[in-house]
Amino acid sequence: MFEQNGSVRIGVYICQCGTNIAATVDCRAVAEAAAEFPAVVVSRDYKYMCSDPGQSLIQQDIKEHQLNRVVVASCSPHLHEETFRKAVAVAGLNSFYMQMVNIREHVSWVHANRKAATLKSIDLVRAAVRRVARHRPLERGRVNIHPDVLIVGGGIAGIHAALTLANAGKKVYLVEREATIGGHMAKFDKTFPTLDCAACILTPKMTAVKNHPNITLWTYSDVSRVDGYVGNYKVQVTRRPRYIDEDLCVGCMECIEACVFKQPKFSDEFNLGLGKRKPIYIPFPQAVPPVAVIDPEQCIQFKSGKCKKTCVEACGDRKAINFGQQEETREIEVGTIIMSTGFKTFDPQRIPYYGYGHYPNVYTALEVERLVNASGPTGGEVICRDGRKPKTVGIVHCVGSRDERTNRWCSRVCCMYSLKLAHLVKEHTGAEIFNFYIDIRTPGKGFEEFFQKLLNEGVHFIRGRVAEVTDWALDPSEENKLVIRVEDTLSAFVRRIPVDMVVLSTALEPQEDAQDVRRLFNIGCSTEGFFMERHPKLAPVSTFTDGIFLAGCCQGPRDIPDTVAQAGAAAAEALALIDAGHVEIEPNTAFVNEDECCGCRTCIPMCPYSAITVNEIRRIAMVNPVLCKGCGTCVAACPSGAMQQNLFEDEEIFEEINGVLSYA
Amino acid sequence: MPESTFEPKIVAFFCNWCTYLAADSAGISRFKYAPNIRVIRVMCSGRIDPQFILDAFAKGADGVLIGGCHPNDCHYQEGNYKCLRRFNLLKRVVRQMGIEDQRLRLEWISAAEADRLRVVVNDMVEKVRALGPLNWSVAPEPLAPVHAAGELRVLQEVSR
Repeated sequence: MFEQNGSVRIGVYICQCGTNIAATVDCRAVAEAAAEFPAVVVSRDYKYMCSDPGQSLIQQDIKEHQLNRVVVASCSPHLHEETFRKAVAVAGLNSFYMQMVNIREHVSWVHANRKAATLKSIDLVRAAVRRVARHRPLERGRVNIHPDVLIVGGGIAGIHAALTLANAGKKVYLVEREATIGGHMAKFDKTFPTLDCAACILTPKMTAVKNHPNITLWTYSDVSRVDGYVGNYKVQVTRRPRYIDEDLCVGCMECIEACVFKQPKFSDEFNLGLGKRKPIYIPFPQAVPPVAVIDPEQCIQFKSGKCKKTCVEACGDRKAINFGQQEETREIEVGTIIMSTGFKTFDPQRIPYYGYGHYPNVYTALEVERLVNASGPTGGEVICRDGRKPKTVGIVHCVGSRDERTNRWCSRVCCMYSLKLAHLVKEHTGAEIFNFYIDIRTPGKGFEEFFQKLLNEGVHFIRGRVAEVTDWALDPSEENKLVIRVEDTLSAFVRRIPVDMVVLSTALEPQEDAQDVRRLFNIGCSTEGFFMERHPKLAPVSTFTDGIFLAGCCQGPRDIPDTVAQAGAAAAEALALIDAGHVEIEPNTAFVNEDECCGCRTCIPMCPYSAITVNEIRRIAMVNPVLCKGCGTCVAACPSGAMQQNLFEDEEIFEEINGVLSYA
Repeated sequence: MPESTFEPKIVAFFCNWCTYLAADSAGISRFKYAPNIRVIRVMCSGRIDPQFILDAFAKGADGVLIGGCHPNDCHYQEGNYKCLRRFNLLKRVVRQMGIEDQRLRLEWISAAEADRLRVVVNDMVEKVRALGPLNWSVAPEPLAPVHAAGELRVLQEVSR
């Protein structure tokens, strides 16, 4: 109705963003400059365009001045494009008659020179004004959301998200690569600051996952392929053989008892090598599923084929053991995916002067978790590798955190778990405990109180980054001890503190294969390698790929309460999509100008999604808009210019180029 | 224009998922870099038609920067490879037209590499500044710039 006489009427709105933009860009000058661009009817600057009054300002102008195009110069379109598209739609304009200009992230925040920043803003606004005049009205397509959800990783994050969704009646596939779910939390002894036992709060949830009718649990499995798009992902899951039939095994462990290896001989991964297991084993007593696994690298039957197979005998009629089990692949269709792949702990051998792997009595914090755990390799007794009970223990904070040489980030949980371990080790051994810290970071409910409690318990705190752990004794009191050399920065002298046991509070790092996993799911990683959220504050569990959400430490280090909260949020985001039933997709797909297409097929091999076909009778290319994801690669390849992309038509981009380069 | 006051104009084509986000992230991190680039957003570096680059040079750009996802990381699987192929061909054409290599640049900058974006932009601006203006006029004489009132005010105000 606005274009009855065919004329373009543009409104330009320059946002000051408080002082975020206005401090560096002369917004009034930009608005004045824009007022003189061709077809611009109104041009204003305003304090907060995204606010309600800001949006109504645009809406009123659309009505009052019969605007049919709108340009908003404010923040990144990744932040507020949707906001302004909706705002113009409310006033009756097609959403795609709005063009955003990024003068905050790309101008005011990165430049200091006011003149240069203002001129740059004017150039960018000019480009947008010229471009928006070429825009066409577009309609969004809709895709349906498949109600099933895939959750990748069965730690506390995956477990909580799975239960939340399953309780809401959604069907969930939970894929875990280890033989049991539970993740790192299953290895912990107590949790800070309440000191409730990790197993006591986790294992009921693990069992609930196993028993829930809406959850399909696949352990010992990997996601091997992901195709599709929001609402319609096709996922291939590879189930590695555990040589035990999961449906037949009841977890009685008689096969383990009966194994020809009378004594456990092989390093036990669950206990980080501190204990031993047999070739046939269950990772830990409360493992879910409670099904044994055979390690074919160690099992005599696999190595020589000449085992007495006492395990098969013990299993008897159940016949759960199947040496011939093969890898299986399953294809599933899901609408949404939650990534909860967790973290890995820093390998302290990368800091050789702390002596991990060299001195037996240097431990990582996770190893000590197993030592103080009643179901751990020592039954909860803190005994060093050399058999001694420690009388003095040094806990070194920030190993692999806050360090230019390793990782720059703070791993967030180390202070608190170090305090917790200090408390537990003291409780178990009565040892004298020294904490070596840079800063004590205890922001959290009950955290600071816990720190005070530790101070009252008489745990020592020495502020300084440890320089070295050595066994080089300088006087008799240091004989047979590990000496921690550290500058005590509060008293400003270098100290040597002899201890029996050193605990390294290792950092949380992205999983080894985070980059491969990221490519598989087509999501991003931030600089440190953790998965990247769509927006650090406003979309913390979303990714740049619609329908894929993040939960837990795969997105960055965090503690259990935060992980559970985030898992709940990810589940809620997935639920919101599922319950809406459909999602609107960007209309930026490619289309063919039939009159200009000569059927040369140049575009066909360009498309990674096979969205282009040729109509053999008419000899023209055709784009399937459902398959097209809108990259525009075919458009750039088309020799005749017949192939175009909605929102990124050649003419629109040429206008932008001309706009940023011309002065009028 | 005297050499000392020459400010190169660089047109940048950034893909929506990697380099554009890196530029957003540079903003969020408040990294400061040269104000000479004008970013045009495309969904994928594979969308960048060689004509865009030639047009930018023809209309007065002193340099063109293309930013895409790292190999293997394209949001659309392989658009960046298509971009690379076209770029390599175009580079030869552009060289034959007498445009120096430093004026046309392709960089893989992921969303995580805000600092790299800053380094690349600054480096390119410096190199193009050293080369001086690209006198690659398609029109016989470049038109005298016509300033809008607001623009003029800024120019005058700051030059005071």
